[in-house]
Amino acid sequence: MSVVPAEVLQGGARAGRGGLTVEGGELAPRARLLPSLAAVYRAQLSRARVARIPLLFVATFQSVGIMILMRGVVDGGREAQAVVAGSSVLVVAFVALNLLAQYFGQLRASGGLDHYATLPVPPAAVVLGAAGAYASFTVPGTVVTAVVGCVMFQLPVAHLWVLAAVIPLAGAALSGLGAALGLLAPRPELATLLGQLGMSAALLLGVLPADRMPGVIQYARDLLPSTYGVEAFARTFGARPDWGGVLLDLGVCGVVGVASLALATWAYRRAAVR
Amino acid sequence: MSLDIWRGEIFGLLGPNGAGKSTLVRQLTGLMRPDSGSVEILGHDIVRYPERASRILAYLGQESTALDELTVSLAVETTARLRGLGLRSARGERDAVVEELGLGAIASRPLKKLSGGQRRLACFAAALAGERPLLVLDEPTTGMDPVARRAVWGAVDRRRAERGATVVLVTHNVIEAETVLDRVAVLDRGRVIACDTPAGLKEKVAGEVRVELVWRERAPVEVAAVAALRAGAVESGRRWSLRLRPDEARAAVAAVTGGPAFAALDDFSLTTPSLEDVYLALGGSAKGLVKS
Repeated sequence: MSVVPAEVLQGGARAGRGGLTVEGGELAPRARLLPSLAAVYRAQLSRARVARIPLLFVATFQSVGIMILMRGVVDGGREAQAVVAGSSVLVVAFVALNLLAQYFGQLRASGGLDHYATLPVPPAAVVLGAAGAYASFTVPGTVVTAVVGCVMFQLPVAHLWVLAAVIPLAGAALSGLGAALGLLAPRPELATLLGQLGMSAALLLGVLPADRMPGVIQYARDLLPSTYGVEAFARTFGARPDWGGVLLDLGVCGVVGVASLALATWAYRRAAVR
Repeated sequence: MSLDIWRGEIFGLLGPNGAGKSTLVRQLTGLMRPDSGSVEILGHDIVRYPERASRILAYLGQESTALDELTVSLAVETTARLRGLGLRSARGERDAVVEELGLGAIASRPLKKLSGGQRRLACFAAALAGERPLLVLDEPTTGMDPVARRAVWGAVDRRRAERGATVVLVTHNVIEAETVLDRVAVLDRGRVIACDTPAGLKEKVAGEVRVELVWRERAPVEVAAVAALRAGAVESGRRWSLRLRPDEARAAVAAVTGGPAFAALDDFSLTTPSLEDVYLALGGSAKGLVKS
């Protein structure tokens, strides 16, 4: 049966209801992008603090554990650099991709998106605020992993400052992807699964040294947005880092980040009004 | 289905679960586009411009998942900011609403850690933050204790009296509908089966009396008078509910309180009809309305 509603909410201009006229123009202003982004960011960071600290420990231990395992496999040089860079960016993938996909998947399934969809807030503010909060939340874990890795593999810590660019750029790319997966997945379990798969891909393709991979897998590695963050970071461990290459990798990461956040924003719009 | 809601009134959508109340509300709030028909709020075409709904109305849905992990005060403040308020006015609004609803003691606790009724009140507070001329509330008092309910209806009344706010209220609670609504549309299976003031609706069944019978173990259907009553009774366990004309009601009570049926009778009552009776009289399919 199809319901055909025609409801009218008018200003009282009904016969016998006084002489009021139907008024228009009572539109409240829209919330502007930056203030609402800041509000979403702050709220998300606060809930991440409450709910996600144990998971951040898990992410950090996982990365440190992988580096311990890889110590027996790689013997210094470029491979060690790739392992440390990959493990550090893996923390970003765990939180920004995996956990954000889960969050948006559950929010969508439970009807929680209605809250945002009935507020005059730009979709980009909701997506960017959440993505930014999740990405910032990865900072301590990523730094700890990088420092532990440098000590473990005797790599220089002089250029760890590059993480200040790697985390936001890789974070944007991965959290945009995570948000899009969560919002597009038809069921929350599927969102969780996709998030986990994305993280596994980041693990396998990012941590293992690329030179030992078959050609097909290397292409897959090139498609993964976190790869460029890993590459940029790994380059800075060299005796004389190729800064042009670092910038190029970070640039690719940034472009992918913008694209994946745009995708996530589109996915949000699509999910909010069904 | 066609409904007109007047400015400044508290308009109710009453019906059991699955009657189409939430669908209607989702269309009103721009969350869902109707297959056909029109939705107009204060002169704005919501079917054509669904995003305008968020600039005219505040919506309290049934889910709190978007706010669950925030503290009450941050949930209210964030919602106010996302309704377009600046930081300072959002905080002012937060303090005022928290105070108005008596949420001060739990303001710094996450919604997740609160009881169902408290969480509902916190979500209601978020809906009030940042003034809107129209409030759309989907079962706002579910799980609330009487104190919280009074806080909700007090806040709704103030917004109407002082600011001329209009309220659309979804409910399946008959008592609530009778006491707080100016007008009510009774919904059943996607149709409006009546729309009037609660008193006007009750006029429709004014000639009837509700008789409730509760049997000790089972109804003594071997008694002819009781067997005759059974045809018109809605049975739920040991409880029978009947709508009868006053003379029929008197006869029914006489039959069950005298003679062999009385031994099997645990309790009985006679009441004037409620909106539930209206709903039943109009052909509603009964199950799911709440009286508390």
